Amino acid sequence: MTEDQTFTIEVDGQQLEARPGQMLIEVTDAAGINVPRFCYHKHLSVAANCRMCLVEVEKAPKPLPACATPVMNGMKVFTRSPLAREAQKGTMEFLLINHPLDCPICDQGGECELQDVAMGYGGDISRFTERKRVVRDEDIGSLIATDMTRCIHCTRCVRFGGEIAGLRELGATGRGEHLRIGLYIEHAVASELSGNVIDLCPVGALTAKPSAYQARSWELSEYDGVAPHDGLGSNLHLHVRRNRLMRVVPRENEDVNQTWISDRDRFSYQGLYSDDRLQRPMLRENGKLREADWQEALMAAARALKDASGARIGALISPSATLEEHYLATRLLRALGSNNIDHRLRQGDFRGDAADPALPWLGQRIADFSNNQATLLVGSWLRKDQPMLNHRVRQSQIDGALVMAINPVAYDFNYELDVDIVCIPSAMTKELAGVAAALGVDTLGIEAVPDPAHHGIADSLKSAAQGTVLLGNAATMHPDFSLLRALASGIAAAAGVTLGFVGSGSNDCGAWMAGAVPHRDTGGKAIAPPGLDAAAMLEQPLDLYLTFGVEPEMDVAEPARMAAALGAAQLLAIGSHTSPWLLEHADILLPAAAYAETSGTFVNIEGNAQSFRGVAAPPGETRPGWKILRVLGNLVGLDGFDYAESTEVRDEVLAACADLAPDNRIGDLQDRKPKSAPGEWERVGGVPIYAVDALSRRAHALQLTPDAWGGELRLNTAAAAALDLGEAAAVRVAQGEGSAEFEVRIDDAVPDGCIWLPTAVPGSEALGAAFGPVAVEKA
Amino acid sequence: MSMRSQPMVRVEKCEHKEALFTPEVRAEIDAWVAKYPERWQQSACMPALTIVQDMNGGHLTRELMDQVADYLDMPPISVYEVATFYSMYEHRPVGRHKICLCTNVSCMINGSDGILEHLSNRLGIGFGQVTSDGKFSLKEVECLAACGGAPMMQIGHNYYENLTPELVDQILDGLE
Amino acid sequence: MTYQRNLVSLNTLNEDRSWELATYERCGGYTVWRQVIAGEISPKEIVDAIKDSGLRGRGGAGFPTGLKWSFMPRSAAGQKYIICNSDESEPGTCHDRDILRYNPHALIEGMAIAGYATGADVGYNYIRGEFMDEPVPRFEAAVKEAYDAGLLGKRILGSGVDFDLHTFVGAGAYICGEETALLESLEGKPGKPRFKPPFPASYGLYGRPTTINNTQTLASVPMILRKGAKWYAGLGPEGSGGTALFSVSGHIEKPGNYELPMGIPFKDLLEICGGILGGRQLKAVIPGGSSVPVLPGELIMSCTMDYASLQQAGSSFGTGAVIVMADTTCMVRVLQRISRFYMSESCGQCTPCREGTGWLYRMLTRIVDGKGREEDLELLLEVANRIEGRTICALGDAAAWPVQSFLKHFYQEFEYMVRNEGRSMVIETG
Repeated sequence: MTEDQTFTIEVDGQQLEARPGQMLIEVTDAAGINVPRFCYHKHLSVAANCRMCLVEVEKAPKPLPACATPVMNGMKVFTRSPLAREAQKGTMEFLLINHPLDCPICDQGGECELQDVAMGYGGDISRFTERKRVVRDEDIGSLIATDMTRCIHCTRCVRFGGEIAGLRELGATGRGEHLRIGLYIEHAVASELSGNVIDLCPVGALTAKPSAYQARSWELSEYDGVAPHDGLGSNLHLHVRRNRLMRVVPRENEDVNQTWISDRDRFSYQGLYSDDRLQRPMLRENGKLREADWQEALMAAARALKDASGARIGALISPSATLEEHYLATRLLRALGSNNIDHRLRQGDFRGDAADPALPWLGQRIADFSNNQATLLVGSWLRKDQPMLNHRVRQSQIDGALVMAINPVAYDFNYELDVDIVCIPSAMTKELAGVAAALGVDTLGIEAVPDPAHHGIADSLKSAAQGTVLLGNAATMHPDFSLLRALASGIAAAAGVTLGFVGSGSNDCGAWMAGAVPHRDTGGKAIAPPGLDAAAMLEQPLDLYLTFGVEPEMDVAEPARMAAALGAAQLLAIGSHTSPWLLEHADILLPAAAYAETSGTFVNIEGNAQSFRGVAAPPGETRPGWKILRVLGNLVGLDGFDYAESTEVRDEVLAACADLAPDNRIGDLQDRKPKSAPGEWERVGGVPIYAVDALSRRAHALQLTPDAWGGELRLNTAAAAALDLGEAAAVRVAQGEGSAEFEVRIDDAVPDGCIWLPTAVPGSEALGAAFGPVAVEKA
Repeated sequence: MSMRSQPMVRVEKCEHKEALFTPEVRAEIDAWVAKYPERWQQSACMPALTIVQDMNGGHLTRELMDQVADYLDMPPISVYEVATFYSMYEHRPVGRHKICLCTNVSCMINGSDGILEHLSNRLGIGFGQVTSDGKFSLKEVECLAACGGAPMMQIGHNYYENLTPELVDQILDGLE
Repeated sequence: MTYQRNLVSLNTLNEDRSWELATYERCGGYTVWRQVIAGEISPKEIVDAIKDSGLRGRGGAGFPTGLKWSFMPRSAAGQKYIICNSDESEPGTCHDRDILRYNPHALIEGMAIAGYATGADVGYNYIRGEFMDEPVPRFEAAVKEAYDAGLLGKRILGSGVDFDLHTFVGAGAYICGEETALLESLEGKPGKPRFKPPFPASYGLYGRPTTINNTQTLASVPMILRKGAKWYAGLGPEGSGGTALFSVSGHIEKPGNYELPMGIPFKDLLEICGGILGGRQLKAVIPGGSSVPVLPGELIMSCTMDYASLQQAGSSFGTGAVIVMADTTCMVRVLQRISRFYMSESCGQCTPCREGTGWLYRMLTRIVDGKGREEDLELLLEVANRIEGRTICALGDAAAWPVQSFLKHFYQEFEYMVRNEGRSMVIETG
């Protein structure tokens, strides 16, 4: 019998179709037949240890676990027979004898699988009169609260670690009734996907710490949402009570995030309620910022826009703004006579703009990444930058795929890298050129003799039936991004694999479609001559800058240069949070709603538009960003800015993009001279996982995790010795005109001659780009 | 259903294995590793813990377990799971001579209670305790597969069967 | 009636230095193995012979060995394994220990032959950790002797046959005697049984086809092939061929291990072992290790020691570990101790066993401590019934059967203790 052939089984008198290799529970689940369970989860291996799913199977002397019983042709199953019910009742009784009567004080109450199954399948009286077991709790970090006495030892959380997170942290130590789920040694869990065990835990043993004791599940209303931090567009359920977003959980989407979300997506909502939310419009008068009402502020903003000469206006839009916001901002700027609009705030190299793809995207569907046989990561710490995409790559690796990387740091991955080329940033082009040379592809004039590693990568890509070359965030920030991209494109084409981009925010595709770039209009039509790109806007200072959803000192490629340019000009800032820099330099501040508070659309990196509604009330006088832009459009006298609903905006821009399909083909690169300047010390920058935007930076619980940046600058043992620096020593870094102090952490993942110092962190405001020569000395 | 036969988790390979334990211990562990297929050095976890425990005078510490994890490229929690599952691993100091007394059925009905009483009186300790000079500790164990010689005990590796209080005294007197 | 002793797995027992290679060969050892590697006996012939011999697993389950071997995909490509389960931990059982220390070469030869018959060229002998006393060193020394003599290794004696044999030493867990828990333990994890299907013959050690057999089972193989399946089968009654090692312990004059033909009447076994200690009355016998139901003395006196007879009496052959209890025995205390064993040794994976064994023990302890209640006796039975048949492995059943059988046959003692604040009927009424 082949895998494709189906046969029939009978369950509770119902005929059901089944395939060889399926477990009974998969068939009954698909048919909507209720079989109780705790340890079974469709995305985890079968454990069959809870014994809740015991059902009667004809001719079997004992009740059998549906999760571990393979279907057989003609099988007859009874899920509610006396034998099945007795078995289920028995399991339920055993689970409850040591389970504490915590329901009144347990957060899981009302959404507890144990409660639900006990109601449906358990007995009604307890006969246990011995002493109940008590388990001491461990503090496993700022995200997950533990009450391990409630644990029913289903081991879902344990299996999750090894099978999904790729990191075994929670385990089952001890034996028999002394079996304890825990870390054994108390520490904060490190996986960026750790919060998923909160969903997995069927009882209140593992619950969400940030939202502990704040609301009962039945008080919450559930709404659909889309994650606002990376380009995956992970689907969310937003749980709201009285207009306040109380917590975030995954919404199942097999094509994007399956049943998981990253911790960043789960806990960033805390940032919505930080003390420094911008709640009222503010105007600078006589050098001092004061609150104003909307009318006054909008009039001031409109006046500033009208007064400025079109080409002297520049707009820096967050790559995580909604499609509607990008579109309205683009329309506004262009109508005012400016093409100086860009969302590529962290990009390090714009030479290749003329060769840009029509609509850069992932190159494949997200789900296809699980089936790739070879993946080359170029300048990507995929694990922390796009955790759910990394999950797909990991799935492919477990299935035998080869994953390779060319990176400026030996980033920690939760799977084996077949080839890991780690080099100083200025050498990345040479390494990638090595792979190109191995494939006989144009190396853009870069001298490269392929070594065994290059050949290994080339061969793996070539022999893969399906694969990808993925340019990550570090590649985008690199001063030779255009070269890396051109080389990657050639390599992908020669090897017969796809080329992919990961995006820097949640809506890079949307930004491109809307035309939030200096050289393309809505729908991808070329603009000639192009306006100024994000870097040029700061190199050639303008008179008026409009920023949207951006903390300029954190969210641009060169903070020091930004400060010089924006500080000297008029600054109209529309955003959700205030920052010290904005409060000091902005002339007009307009409070815009943040994620979950506004309706809008993100187009994820596979080109899929996902719309959402605002479900939480924005604080104070905050308004949705798209509305602010619409009103500004009205006030400066533009036509066609009469939208009543954001959906009208969305429909308009999507219609304008009807002929624009995701397409990664790039044109020829004219300027091929490598711009990376090697220095005695090179900086490796990058944005830490919980520093990507204003919201995540203010998510208090995330900032307490091991992944949160803690003020450190990393360099390897040899480098530290050369600079006479010990662990935790104070070190001063100078880049351009600015300098700042940090604390040393010795990390041999950093190559020689490099310091790993992130951008978008306190201290980096005074410095320059993510990559480039720096001066380093003991402080 | 997923049943993987290789370890699914990537572990940071330890770069300083030569600094762990002693050359003799490493050689012993290596001999165990050699019995298993490539990539399954995890199978040597139990022998490694036994060897390391013996090296440390009869009990394991967290540091030693972490070192075993390093040496065998295992996640530490995987080693903790093994070290806490099996009865012969000790996590607190034991006596120089660990006396394991069987109290299961055959031994019980042949007078293990009386042997326990005698041992407790002589040594001044009960199950789970160590004499103040660190010489003896007493542990209650399950069937040691010497039922024909009940009641019996194991001290260190050695089995002592057909015990009487007098024989117990003789045995203990002969231990340094 | 006299019975021939030590016919099969302990056949070198009475020789001087019985465990040495020279002794073993002098007694006819390794002749079969040499024939096998000379190609004189095919794998199929071996499997058929073992089937015909009626050899059944001596580790407790009694599964027909030849049938188990036939499940292996002998000619399939890739690594396969033969494993010997020397984790002997069933209370009352102490005979594998004697095989390991007195006749290890029988086991080695048996494993090699089994490996050949099932397509496995690598074998592991999983020995319980407490056996570091004599069995492990003796076995390892014997393995070394065999290697040195060229009987193990690669291209053995110039043939195309490979067989490598390794020892694995456990660290104290009864549950590792369960074959899939043993596999987990060998793979370097806690010994938690796997659910079946899949069975080890399709997914075993490291995911490869594997056969796991008990020490005595494998040690019997050379003699079976040497003297013939028919000879072996004829030693015992229908369905229980061959000999068995009986570990007789408890209130018995001459406790110890006795290799005797299957089917020996219990009363004859009792006599060979010198009768009840101190000439007392026989009260109860657990005939096959603590996991099998207890039988009252009168009942077992009319049984023969084989699978059919004991099953008909309501118990099982199990490991052949015969625990004899005289009339001075308090059955409540014995059940309490047995329940405590299963509570301690439960791996903790599955709900009924992890929670239920502790519950059973605590109820029994309450009864022994004088705080028992009338409803406890019914509850004990119901809890045991809710464990039986609901667990991943047989430890759950093994915990339930003693409770069921002790209550069935000795209910009065339990009732007495409950009604008399923990005082034992045995001690009170003599």
